[in-house]
Amino acid sequence: MGLEDLQHNFLTGRLEDLVKWARRNSVWPATFGLACCAIEMMSVGAADYDISRMGMEVFRASPRQADLMIVAGRVSQKMAPVLRQVYDQMMEPKWVISMGVCASTGGMFNNYAIVQGVDQIVPVDVYAPGCPPSPETLLHAILTLHEKIRTGHIARRPEGAAVGGDRPPAGWVPQAPDAVRVATPR
Amino acid sequence: MTSGEVEAAVVPARGAPSPGTAGAEASPTSRPPVPVMPDVPRAAGSTLDQVAFPPRERYHDMVAAFRDAGFELCADLCAVDYLTHPGRRLPEGVRPERFEVVVNLLSLSLHQRVRVRVQVPEDDPQVHTLFDLYPGVDAMEREAFDMVGIRFAGHPDLTRILMPEDWEGHPLRKDYGVGRVPVQFKAAPGPR
Amino acid sequence: MTGTPPEPDPTVWSTTETSEGAQELSTRGGTGQVELGRELGAVLRLAEGAVVDPDDIDIERRDDDTMIINMGPQHPSTHGVLRLMLELDGEVVLRTKPVIGYLHTGMEKTGEELTYVQGATNVTRMDYLSPLHNELVFSLATEALLGVELPARAVWIRMLMVELNRISSHLMWMATNGMDLGSTSMMIYGFREREMVLSFFEKTTGLRMNHNYIRPGGVAADLPDGWEDDVQVICDTVFERTFEYDELLTGQPIFRERTEAVGGITAEEALALSATGPILRSTGVPWDLRRTMPYLAYDKVEFDVIVGTYGDNFDRYSVRLNEIRESIRIVRQILDLMPAGDYRVQDRKVTPPPRARIDESMEALIHHFKTFTEGFRVPEGEVYVAVESPRGELGCYLVSDGTSKPYRLHIRGPSFVNLQSLPVLLRGGLLADAVAVISSVDPVMGEVDR
Repeated sequence: MGLEDLQHNFLTGRLEDLVKWARRNSVWPATFGLACCAIEMMSVGAADYDISRMGMEVFRASPRQADLMIVAGRVSQKMAPVLRQVYDQMMEPKWVISMGVCASTGGMFNNYAIVQGVDQIVPVDVYAPGCPPSPETLLHAILTLHEKIRTGHIARRPEGAAVGGDRPPAGWVPQAPDAVRVATPR
Repeated sequence: MTSGEVEAAVVPARGAPSPGTAGAEASPTSRPPVPVMPDVPRAAGSTLDQVAFPPRERYHDMVAAFRDAGFELCADLCAVDYLTHPGRRLPEGVRPERFEVVVNLLSLSLHQRVRVRVQVPEDDPQVHTLFDLYPGVDAMEREAFDMVGIRFAGHPDLTRILMPEDWEGHPLRKDYGVGRVPVQFKAAPGPR
Repeated sequence: MTGTPPEPDPTVWSTTETSEGAQELSTRGGTGQVELGRELGAVLRLAEGAVVDPDDIDIERRDDDTMIINMGPQHPSTHGVLRLMLELDGEVVLRTKPVIGYLHTGMEKTGEELTYVQGATNVTRMDYLSPLHNELVFSLATEALLGVELPARAVWIRMLMVELNRISSHLMWMATNGMDLGSTSMMIYGFREREMVLSFFEKTTGLRMNHNYIRPGGVAADLPDGWEDDVQVICDTVFERTFEYDELLTGQPIFRERTEAVGGITAEEALALSATGPILRSTGVPWDLRRTMPYLAYDKVEFDVIVGTYGDNFDRYSVRLNEIRESIRIVRQILDLMPAGDYRVQDRKVTPPPRARIDESMEALIHHFKTFTEGFRVPEGEVYVAVESPRGELGCYLVSDGTSKPYRLHIRGPSFVNLQSLPVLLRGGLLADAVAVISSVDPVMGEVDR
């Protein structure tokens, strides 16, 4: 995290542009395909909707080598700790695209088994709606992420974001849904 | 089966076509249902099935008898909670209980299916396992235990299979809520 | 069951380990004799001559001779979120325990809250590689309870879509199987062909995946104009390309070495484990529901049932490759035999009226309203219907209590049952073959966990 300690001034501006250009043009995704959206994510990696033109066709299996976690699919209660563990193992800088409605909000499965939005577990940068999002939607989400990287400031962190990736800011409590595991009389 | 010596010769092409259904014998679906334990109450199911309703004590023996009569494969085993539908149609002599374990058997040689429904009371939700007859019901019985709470006596590893290990409750029971999270602007408690 | 874990400190969000407790594989010292016997297939119903002597079970291997490793749930080769605990002696796999549930969505519970019209949207996301099969089995079960008879064109449209779905599912399997064995070009080719089928689906149903097209009563919309040309192009192109795949894979010595005599299973073991589909057919049992218990109009088209001989990976590969060719053969016959008529049953109590009629007729408006809010009522009863999905016998056990929502919807997912054959397939093999064997079982975790 060397650049984050620099003072932000006109001398470092050019260097920041160079670093941001390098970062956004080779974002390597981690394989985190869970359900149907994973198939569309694989289609994006295949020939017709090639993401290799953005330098992203290398899906790294090891989270230590990945920059981007595309949460593609519904996150169940059993999978949530695994998701958080994989996110924690990724190195800074890292981004998260929540692909599909199940990852963004729980989707059509508003029940005991599905976490209602992966942003309850990890901070999300871009949400891609759809069930499943067509590969063009995912490409648009990736380009939006590139824009975010291009215009974001490295030396100044936006407030409220997770610092260091391992700890949320003080006082932030994970939002657990109230209605889970409750016996509802009929 | 082990990857020891692999033959070096070229293996001939697979893909033997099987004969069509137009054979000399009578159509398999016209054969009468297999008579197994005729004293157990039965109902005529739709789609060519016969449905048997053995009492809990004779459940394992009946399935064993079906297996010996030619039903080689257990297609499905599931559990149903009839808490909110106690007045379902049952043949005479069958006392309805809260839970039912439903077993669908398949005979490859006779081209027939048969269904076995056994009533399981709420205060003692356990039946004998079918694992010694059909090892393939291992995962199905674990799912029935996990989702509805039926215990299978004699199952080698009766643990939760779909929910996390420390989950409390059995989700597919009728007194277990769906677990809906309230959604903004959707006051009506519809399906979602 | 287990003790309650300590209260987590909400300001510190970190997980040190994820553990599923009793669902995992325990060490040899902590495992009972019956469980250890499974390593040698002792509990499977074997022929008299092949019965395992309990004294043969190797209990001499101690805990520190063997190693238990964990594979998944996040792993590029587990085909979704499957977690495998493997006990290894060096590189040789002894015991395997699949731990599932990482994609459990509560779809059976959700299915009890949705009407029969909405039910197809729910079940279609179970086996997401062949969604039309899920919709088909749910619709067939509902129609069996309703007692409606479908018009011929609806039946044949369903058959066309379902066979095209089988082609796309098997192409996807060829792509991922090739990728798992190292052939990245097979991945690209498989997806390229699959895109053709998916664009036809998008034209007909509106979506590339999870179509919600086959509904109780028929299909949602008629086939678009010019569909014959599109399907003809798909058939011709994919058929030609299957011979390219033969060149790329079947004739290749490395592929043959990696798949022949790897992951073998006998017919008795497969039947004992309730395995169906390509796994059962690769052992030589010619069981295909389309032929033996025909549904839709499969008794009116000609096709062969492909069987293997040894039950190994190569047999399953060739079964699936030839099933692509057989499906193309069926689709070509459907092209010639497709009847004219209604694409859905005209009973207004089941199918909503066409949108244009709502403006003209009060009755149509009321039917439309009732169908889409309350849904149609299905008579009381229970039924089990099964179809042949690309993975095996896909069944639907539906219990209705007379209302407009199912009382109990249980889907018998073939991958859920086929995964039980994984310990038998991996037994005695090498760890490097484990990836190939998992791929040849073709699990789709959506229908495993539902």
